[in-house]
Amino acid sequence: MRFTLNGAPAQVDAPPMKRLLDVLREECALTGSKEGCGEGECGACTVLVDGQPVVSCLVPFAQVRDAEVVTIEGLGGDHPLQKAFADLGGAQCGICTPGMIMAALALGPKPSFEEIRRGLAGNLCRCTGYEAIYRAVEEA
Amino acid sequence: MSPSVGRNVPRKDGIPKVTGAAKYVDDLRFPGMLHGRTIRSTIPRGRIKSIRFGFDLDGFTVVQAGDIPGEKCNFVALIEADQPFLAAREINHYAEPILLLAHEDRDRLLEAKVEIEYERDIPVLDAESSPVVFKEIRIRKGDVDRAMAEAEVVVEGTYRTGHQEHVYIETNGVIAVPEANGGMTVYGSLQCPYYVHKALKALLELPDDRVRVVQTETGGGFGGKEEYPSVIAGHAALLARKAGRPVKMIYDREEDMVATTKRHPSVIRHRTGLTRDGRLVAMDVDVLLDGGAYVTLSPVVLSRGCIHAAGPYRCDHVRTVGRAVMTNTPPNGAFRGFGAPQTQFAMEVHMERIAEALGMDPVRLREINALRPGDTTATGQRMGDDCSALQALQAAVERSDFYRKRAEYAGTHRGIGLALFYHGSGFTGSGEVHLKSKVSLEAREDGVRVLVASAEIGQGTRTMLSQIAADALGVPYEQVECVQPDTAEVPDSGPTVASRTCMVVGGILQKCAEEMREKIGDADPREYARRHGPLLVTRQYDKPHDITWDDTEYRGDAYAAYGWGCDVAEVELDPVTYEVRPLRVTVVHEIGKAIHPVLVAGQIEGGTAQGVGWALNEHVVMRDGAMANGQLTNYTIPTTLDTPRLDVVILENPTSYGPFGAKGVGEMPIDGPAPAVVNAIRHLGLDVRDIPAIPERMMEVACASR
Repeated sequence: MRFTLNGAPAQVDAPPMKRLLDVLREECALTGSKEGCGEGECGACTVLVDGQPVVSCLVPFAQVRDAEVVTIEGLGGDHPLQKAFADLGGAQCGICTPGMIMAALALGPKPSFEEIRRGLAGNLCRCTGYEAIYRAVEEA
Repeated sequence: MSPSVGRNVPRKDGIPKVTGAAKYVDDLRFPGMLHGRTIRSTIPRGRIKSIRFGFDLDGFTVVQAGDIPGEKCNFVALIEADQPFLAAREINHYAEPILLLAHEDRDRLLEAKVEIEYERDIPVLDAESSPVVFKEIRIRKGDVDRAMAEAEVVVEGTYRTGHQEHVYIETNGVIAVPEANGGMTVYGSLQCPYYVHKALKALLELPDDRVRVVQTETGGGFGGKEEYPSVIAGHAALLARKAGRPVKMIYDREEDMVATTKRHPSVIRHRTGLTRDGRLVAMDVDVLLDGGAYVTLSPVVLSRGCIHAAGPYRCDHVRTVGRAVMTNTPPNGAFRGFGAPQTQFAMEVHMERIAEALGMDPVRLREINALRPGDTTATGQRMGDDCSALQALQAAVERSDFYRKRAEYAGTHRGIGLALFYHGSGFTGSGEVHLKSKVSLEAREDGVRVLVASAEIGQGTRTMLSQIAADALGVPYEQVECVQPDTAEVPDSGPTVASRTCMVVGGILQKCAEEMREKIGDADPREYARRHGPLLVTRQYDKPHDITWDDTEYRGDAYAAYGWGCDVAEVELDPVTYEVRPLRVTVVHEIGKAIHPVLVAGQIEGGTAQGVGWALNEHVVMRDGAMANGQLTNYTIPTTLDTPRLDVVILENPTSYGPFGAKGVGEMPIDGPAPAVVNAIRHLGLDVRDIPAIPERMMEVACASR
């Protein structure tokens, strides 16, 4: 099946009902997307599909045919969100961080505080109490 | 060169974590690797009658208790030898491991059905009527009975707290790799590499050097990866030994929630004598912790709980009696705060009720009784100049504008309340002496390496220890790196627990650096290593001469230093749904010295949010000894929308027992939020004494008080 992965064309043969998360981690060796709950509650597996944040543990692979998928690896390492998360304490244990950054990315430029708070409500972090994450998103 | 301590230097693990490059255990694969799975009991108590495999065993590795040679090996080495790795016959709790399966195809593994028949016994599910006491602790100061009899006012109360699940976002997981020499290497998400090392040596009957434990990047711990990893590591190792191939075991969320440890539920009774003007004259405290089916760490949790049970207050007559008891539920274990959040919850809600009973301002009541330098605690420990209870209280009251809001919210659906608390840094009493922690520092041509078993679990260990080493040695922060904890390489610097890594491990590290500096004179350590070869300095914990502790009488200096905190919580009650929304928590923490202010604020904010969750959201529903809501869908931890805004103030009142004056910080933030939130609810006129204060419970309280 063909799709675009982090800006490059990709072709992967995997069962259509395999979870997108598993395809990314196991077939594409992109282990930046994490599994925290497997039921769409924690958001650690968040990636962008055609610009929209989705929890990849609930998305069957078939659904991304011809779509554009972006994972944390697609950001390189110099994205302002990445820098702000690293500098301002937005990442502690780091397991929610890739998903959190992808969800923050979908907020677009200069989101208001309420937009940040609502936009990240599907991403659980157990380390930060979210304050440092707000500071990072506001800074970026 | 500018010092790094006190500055927000870039965290060592920052870039790998924000790019997705950091490798957690589930990100690793080994050639020939199998997946492992645990088959668990579905009853709380009884005996196994029969086991039947409902699938084709071809390609499966199966391990049962009988595969563990020698009965004495089948115990998880910790405090007592009572918890088997695999139940042979007796079942003592729901989700108890019975047998292990491994297969290279994960789908086939998950489809495999094992039918187990049981003979059921009646389980003990109520801690208050448990016939089995794991540990009893008594703390005595003065003559409580006489002082209570003479007290002008006596206030009594019972307070209850529930289980709490850690919900580290990375579930428990390990990979066991059998080595050609007959040894075993385990990679895993864990806090205490040497706890796992000890457990595997006993289980596999292997010498020190044949067992190797490597901590992989760890996605949160909070105590949940203190003792439990020994169990899952043992299971994976048993499978790997039998299969002769690497075995990966990763729990899914439900298994992690249902089968692994939780915060001990508590029932705490207070009887307190006072003068009419609010002076504490006698405190009688009874602490009951539900330990679950096996002893695990309950005696130590009870110990910290009891020592903190009288709160940060001075009183000449104190009696604390604590018991940790058995129930037929999965063992409860270490969780951030380790007993102190439970007992200080009770103390601080009780203080609020005392203020209500006396018709007294709750701030004033705490001011009168707060420990001051020169006062003694319940164990008779004399407070030094860094005792900051009053400072924390005053700062929190001012910062939160407590009095104005207290008046303004009266008669509305908003409430404001506070809690004053403290937390001892490091192991209790003589614990650090018994641990004999070792730390190494090595100068090499490419830089300086810190060798410790202390794990980075998000709190910033690598960064903070590098700062301490850099400044103590007088080299730039960038020249110092922490080695990945690997028992083949690092000495046993003790477990990553008890708010001890900065103060205790950091303190030993500081001494290593000072010794290295003495040895190399003015040289750059890299230059020294180029000329003379690598230089390794190792130091062991050295008990400060003025710290004394009596384990049998529970008297003396329980901790070398204490952090001090005061939380002010503001809440709003929805009068239709009875939901309590936390709006804001003002958090003042005195922690000696903030080695890295961003990391410290992160600990305080995260711990506070976790404490608010414990108070309001996090309800473990137990049915017939099993957690009935083992999913994040219905065991809810705070999201952005459930978490109040957090306003953190850090005060620094240095201790001479920590590097650069630093005390511990990791646990204290979870001591205060729950009582502060409940006291804010009490401000609404609702008599809440138990948590979690979920809407159902709030409705009962509201209806009862009408």
